[in-house]
Amino acid sequence: MATALESKPEHVRLTEQGKPVTLLEAIREGLWEEMERDERVFLMGEDIGVYGGAFKVTEGMLDAFGSLRVVDTPISEIGFTGAAAGAAHMGMRPVVEMQFIDFIACAYDMITNYVATSRYRGSGAVPMVIRGPSGGYVRGGPFHSQNPEAAFFHTPGLKIVYPATAYDAKGLIKAAIRDDDPVLFFEHKWLYRRPQLREVLPKEDYVVPIGKARTHREGKDLTIVTYAALVHKSAEAAEVLEKEDGLDVEIIDLRTILPLDDEAIVASVKKTNRLLIVHEDTRTGGIAGEIAMRVSEKAFEWLDAPIQRVTAIDAPIPYSPPLEDYFLPQTDDIVKAARWLAKY
Amino acid sequence: MANRTPTKRAAAAIPHGLERAQLLEMYRLVRLTRALEEKLELLFKQSKVVGGLFRSLGQEGESVASAYALRRRDDGTGDVLSPLIRNLGSMLTIGARPDEVVRQYMAKGDSPARGKELNIHFTDFDRGFIGQISPLGDLVPVMAGVALTFRQRGEDRVGMVYIGDGATSTGAFHEGINFAAVQKLPLVVVVENNGWAYSTPTRMQTAARSFAAKAAGYGAAAEQVDGNDMLAVYGVAKKAVDRARAGGGVTLIEVQTYRRKGHAQHDAQTYMDPAEIEHWATTNDPVDRYVAALTQNGWASTKELAAIDAEIDRELDEMIAQAETSPLPDAEEARTDVTGDGPVAAPWYRLSPPDPVKA
Repeated sequence: MATALESKPEHVRLTEQGKPVTLLEAIREGLWEEMERDERVFLMGEDIGVYGGAFKVTEGMLDAFGSLRVVDTPISEIGFTGAAAGAAHMGMRPVVEMQFIDFIACAYDMITNYVATSRYRGSGAVPMVIRGPSGGYVRGGPFHSQNPEAAFFHTPGLKIVYPATAYDAKGLIKAAIRDDDPVLFFEHKWLYRRPQLREVLPKEDYVVPIGKARTHREGKDLTIVTYAALVHKSAEAAEVLEKEDGLDVEIIDLRTILPLDDEAIVASVKKTNRLLIVHEDTRTGGIAGEIAMRVSEKAFEWLDAPIQRVTAIDAPIPYSPPLEDYFLPQTDDIVKAARWLAKY
Repeated sequence: MANRTPTKRAAAAIPHGLERAQLLEMYRLVRLTRALEEKLELLFKQSKVVGGLFRSLGQEGESVASAYALRRRDDGTGDVLSPLIRNLGSMLTIGARPDEVVRQYMAKGDSPARGKELNIHFTDFDRGFIGQISPLGDLVPVMAGVALTFRQRGEDRVGMVYIGDGATSTGAFHEGINFAAVQKLPLVVVVENNGWAYSTPTRMQTAARSFAAKAAGYGAAAEQVDGNDMLAVYGVAKKAVDRARAGGGVTLIEVQTYRRKGHAQHDAQTYMDPAEIEHWATTNDPVDRYVAALTQNGWASTKELAAIDAEIDRELDEMIAQAETSPLPDAEEARTDVTGDGPVAAPWYRLSPPDPVKA
């Protein structure tokens, strides 16, 4: 099937000089440039130095910046997350890598009790970034495929970013590092090296503002609000819906999950009058529920149909292909839900 | 003359390179700690303290003496400590002011945390203290990060983190001290073994021979000290701080002391033996022992010490009277400082009224 991934998003700025980079390379470029720009920025995590990280995001950085700024740590998520907070207190800009974002659960106490509350408690802002590979579709099983964003979405004081394109990934990691608040930066590993996502990025310094959604695809018949990998699955679905049903689907890529860009969501719903929320995370307590409630608070009168959601099922993520495929939202699921919504 | 010997007979030599003025300053700090907690207890009984009250009775000496080993400055270039709930003495020693503590306990709008945090949970980076949080052990990794930054920037500053015997059982303690030891960071970890973690006695906390013995597992240096002997505590703390500053890495100091009050004011401490508490109170009080050392060695006269006591009482009464007149914070302040992006939404809001045109 022809996929939306093969057509480049409009924002791509092709430059003669550059070569197209993957989402992973875009993140590395962003980290690298921030390390060069600001000596307060440093990296911490497991195997990020000589080895370059489990996915090689930090490859080459130890040689370039030395062991004072690329700090290999023991296996100790609460330890190095706490150490990052301490360094941030002292004026540094630490960037912590979770080898897989699943392991962020080990640091949950430090993030929610210490880091997220620090500014509020009068202990000062904690400018730090916690980044790591997340998400499924890679047969990684229960501990290498999770999407734990909702666990932190409920924590005031944090910001959560989850980019879907290489351009955004670079611009957002740079914005996250420059932000004075703690930012959780999710990197979808299914998107890391997808050739379809290669882009030539601007040569000059740029940031993508945290807290602003992006219209991935303009449409008038219904809105899909989504983020990360499912921006691309939704785009595939939109093409099917256009071809087979004549539906004109609008896709809003949230880019930042916390804070949510209510304005962009509400504006789109007011335009299309129908809302489908799509996310890879599980259903109960997922972010879709909050988005639906906000639209109900702010744009109920504009709705022509009940808000729908396509999500993973309420189970741990399984390993075997048929199980993982069933567990995760697929393009077909999005197509079916959108059809139902359009006909309502 | 600060160093003039007040007694007729020759004064004994003061250990650890301390001067007489410093001995008197340590006396003032330990008396201030005890007096402030006594005043707070009165305020608690008058229902003027919001929430719980935590006493460090019997432990004031080690708090003051350990923190006294740090380089104290108020311009953000000194050493940094993170206290525990029973380290009011350390807080006052590094530079926190008693009036700040009183306002915190009263939840005043002009308290350091402006009513959002309680008791001695407050921070001042310039004066060099970072407030603890209640999930215990977490400040060990945080202070490892503080020490990491000192090393990254080539600053000869030291971090000191206090942890109770109970919190040494947490993963955070292990991960923090392990990381600091691997990186040879300038960190001093003071394990205050006061026999109790709330109602849990030490024998139910660890099967280790001692808390100092744990240091070997991390490759950290270890010290064990009588926590109610202020000069002994100062001596080991100074050694550990000097070692850290010279690049010698982490030291774990086990301070052996005793908690004579319950976990907090509401705790009737029925699980403790009253005779044992009495024994510690009458034979091993850190302030009594320090006074004896000062007077018997000819370092200070009882008259001098009494004058310091009177001055403290006067100061505290004034501070408390002032704090009582301060207002509580405005309720709307609950919405501020969540992130740097402005206040959070009000408790109820609906932005869009029904659209009459569409209807």
